[in-house]
Amino acid sequence: MTQDAHDAGSATLTKKDFKSDQDVRWCPGCGDYSILNSVQGVLADLGIPKHQFCVVSGIGCSSRFPYYMNTYGFHSIHGRAPAIATGVKTANPELSVWMVTGDGDGLSIGGNHTIHMLRRNVGVKVLLFNNQIYGLTKGQYSPTSPVGLKTKSTPYGSIDRPFNPVQLALGAGATFVARTMDTHPKHMEKIFHEAAKHEGTAFIEIFQNCVIFNDGAFEGVAGRKVRDDRTVDLVPGEPMIYGSDHDKGLRFEGFDVVPCSADEAEAWDPTRNSTAPAQLLAELDADPTRPTAVGIFRRVDAPVFEERLNAQVDKVLETKGPGKLRDLLYTRDTWQVD
Amino acid sequence: MTTPTNTGAELPLQQQESVVIRFAGDSGDGMQITGNQFTSTSAAVGNDLATLPDFPAEIRAPVGTRPGVSGFQVRFSSSDIHTPGDAPDVLVAMNPAALVVNLKDLKPGGMVILNTGNWKELDLKKARCATDPRQDGTLDGYRTIEIDINERVKQALTESGLSPKDVQRCKNFYTLGLMYWLYSRPLEPTLNWLAKKFAKKPDLVAANQTALKAGFNAGDIHEHFQTRYDVPPCTTLEPGTYRNIMGNQALSIGLVAGAQLAGLDIFLGSYPITPASDILHELAGFKNFGVRTFQAEDEIAAICSAIGASFAGHLGLTTTSGPGMALKTEAMGLAIATELPLVIVDIQRAGPSTGMPTKTEQSDLYQAVLGRNGDAPMPVVSCSTPSDCFETAIEAVRIAVQYMTPVILLSDGYIANGSEPWRLPEMESLKAFPVTFHTATEGFSPVARDEKLARPWAIPGTPGLEHRIGGLEKDGDTGNISYDAHNHERMSHLRAQKVMNVQETIPDPEVFGAESGDVLVCGWGSTAGSIRSAVEICAGRGLSVGAVHLRHIWPMAKGLDGIFSRFRTVLVPELNMGQMCRLLRSEFPKHDFASYPKVQGLPFATHELVERIEDLLKR
Repeated sequence: MTQDAHDAGSATLTKKDFKSDQDVRWCPGCGDYSILNSVQGVLADLGIPKHQFCVVSGIGCSSRFPYYMNTYGFHSIHGRAPAIATGVKTANPELSVWMVTGDGDGLSIGGNHTIHMLRRNVGVKVLLFNNQIYGLTKGQYSPTSPVGLKTKSTPYGSIDRPFNPVQLALGAGATFVARTMDTHPKHMEKIFHEAAKHEGTAFIEIFQNCVIFNDGAFEGVAGRKVRDDRTVDLVPGEPMIYGSDHDKGLRFEGFDVVPCSADEAEAWDPTRNSTAPAQLLAELDADPTRPTAVGIFRRVDAPVFEERLNAQVDKVLETKGPGKLRDLLYTRDTWQVD
Repeated sequence: MTTPTNTGAELPLQQQESVVIRFAGDSGDGMQITGNQFTSTSAAVGNDLATLPDFPAEIRAPVGTRPGVSGFQVRFSSSDIHTPGDAPDVLVAMNPAALVVNLKDLKPGGMVILNTGNWKELDLKKARCATDPRQDGTLDGYRTIEIDINERVKQALTESGLSPKDVQRCKNFYTLGLMYWLYSRPLEPTLNWLAKKFAKKPDLVAANQTALKAGFNAGDIHEHFQTRYDVPPCTTLEPGTYRNIMGNQALSIGLVAGAQLAGLDIFLGSYPITPASDILHELAGFKNFGVRTFQAEDEIAAICSAIGASFAGHLGLTTTSGPGMALKTEAMGLAIATELPLVIVDIQRAGPSTGMPTKTEQSDLYQAVLGRNGDAPMPVVSCSTPSDCFETAIEAVRIAVQYMTPVILLSDGYIANGSEPWRLPEMESLKAFPVTFHTATEGFSPVARDEKLARPWAIPGTPGLEHRIGGLEKDGDTGNISYDAHNHERMSHLRAQKVMNVQETIPDPEVFGAESGDVLVCGWGSTAGSIRSAVEICAGRGLSVGAVHLRHIWPMAKGLDGIFSRFRTVLVPELNMGQMCRLLRSEFPKHDFASYPKVQGLPFATHELVERIEDLLKR
């Protein structure tokens, strides 16, 4: 591992500073390249010294990410990145902790850790690369694969009903939930910037193409030619308008999201108490006649886990004073033998 | 052994050297509190002590049934003791179930104190007694004292204003008062404890204090007993300051001490599990010692969060029992691969699977030493008594930070919940081993080695030392991922050697009893007290028997081979099917090891060991 000559505390960093000396070994054409490129660019823009970043991952194609980042990094074990990241962030809240996971790692083997990190609101940015397939183990169906998907382990088609990661995160009490696409670097960068600003867990589902085992899974939604008509970008405070001519809109009608003209489109507010509107928007992707929602589904302020934990420690320290080991041993109920 | 002394108008006071009382009742009867109070008071009197709680896994099994019986055995003595005693001298049984479950353990001619307030037909039926044990000969050969404690408490508390149900909840303190009278113990420690415990409920303080005093006075008034006893203070204890301590308490304090000696803050990731949860509870209260506790969503998250915290510069800890160890296994491998310090505490209990959560066993030895995927060596240490947990915890922390390795600390349910007087160490005797995080950028490699083969601990947030760690095999020079065949072999040997290097900083264990001879008893963990007592008895009988007790389970002390050489046979008693014996046979193939396994969820009785040693000598 090398140490580049850059002054690590320097305020002017570039994308290049975040590239490690390791060869990137994803399959040619993999969506991961574009995500890596966007993350490196965004991190350079945050004004945070390089040594204050820590990238944590589990196991899977996406989880090789830390090796390609010239920051502190921890490539851990399958599904457990949220727990590792929680320990890192709690022990040193000054760090900017980014977690990289996939649909298998984060929603299957590590699903439990994911929901608990979200409910606790630990200050970690979670990038969930969703390619609806197991890549590293070479092509089995995942908890986000659509029903009927034929894979190596489902030669007659998958019968499992899939998770919708955004809905799962909303249900787990996530305070920041967003969705973006590997095909749209600008959108990714915008979302990553927003996530970086968020205190607490920022959960981002990224539609990511696995060129080998599930090529084109999101092409009908996120493909460059169709995405303007097939997606609606949820921008806080902006009307929900989409279409290559910006002429289509969405508004809420009871417990439904209905199409309307751009003029009638409702402004999106991701800060409401209720997660119901966000849930309705997340559900749109099940309907081929409606656009799939991307952008920011939820962004609310809530107490942050590691801040509260450390505040408790500080408060006890303040009231009781720093603990003295001798007092732990020599309590009041001692006796003397001469 | 007993010397009657004249105490004036009162009953004769007999001095006894050592007494074992077992309190037994329904799990809702407060027997653990009663036992603990008797213990604390006896500690204050200056006795040597050992305790053995025995409680059901169910929080409240059906009232009055055999599975619902909760017991607490305390041995208090005017001489130096090492075990809670093989057989009780006195059994206090709060209902028929408590009697039938415990009577088999009582010494012949022992005293039985029965609460006849819980002795109706339905009570007998719940205890599955076809006939009344008081009348069917069951109690022949014992000294039986029948007292309607329910009624006595009711009378004593007529003016308390408490509900009849709450009144009955005071009967354990009535019983305790009676036992205080019988064994001439002062009431003040418990009166004070009650005042503090129920400070916010003055009516409960008053009622329980009244019940305690009523029980004490009943000794004088009701003439149940012809004699009172006294167990004078133990005079053979080494001079010093003492306190009574339970194993899990000593372990918690030891972990804090270890962290302070290393100059680190603690991060404990833990998931509740019997019998380890008390360490989480204890450490959660030590925030002003820089302790952060995290009750994780499961055992895996518990250890992984601790690993993450260690990466970021805290002392990562995780506490569990056997089933939790199984779940943590993969993450232990990660800590080995990433070479991060971590202490994994396993309070063993009877297995396999859920097993018997409240019963003790030492059957996680293989799991600790051998139980991981790949060649994954890890130091293992083990504590032998409740107070020994303190030093062993410090030792586990020392090894973890000095060798950059996870360390397993084995305790068990018997040590965890047992208690004994602890001679507190002088603070100056605790040697610091301060950790220095790596900061120099010049020539930095995350896999550079010091003389111990430890790698540098460079924590995130340190300028210029950005590096990546992980579970994939790493190149021994650069720390980059490597699938190179020879590199893997080199790294495997390096990981093994690093752990073996711990031998350079551990002492040879001391031999107790004969320095050489026929039988060496080699124990580890909670069998220490029984072994010591057995060897003392054997020495008294002129037998050439020595004992050695292992704190360092892996690697083992270098001098063990020499010690084994001085004896004809090595007897290995352990509360499992013979795991340590097998390990010793493979490590020391030249020596003769005899296995003595016991798997009843209970510690060894001293006489069992004496008999086994005598058998071996006849061989």
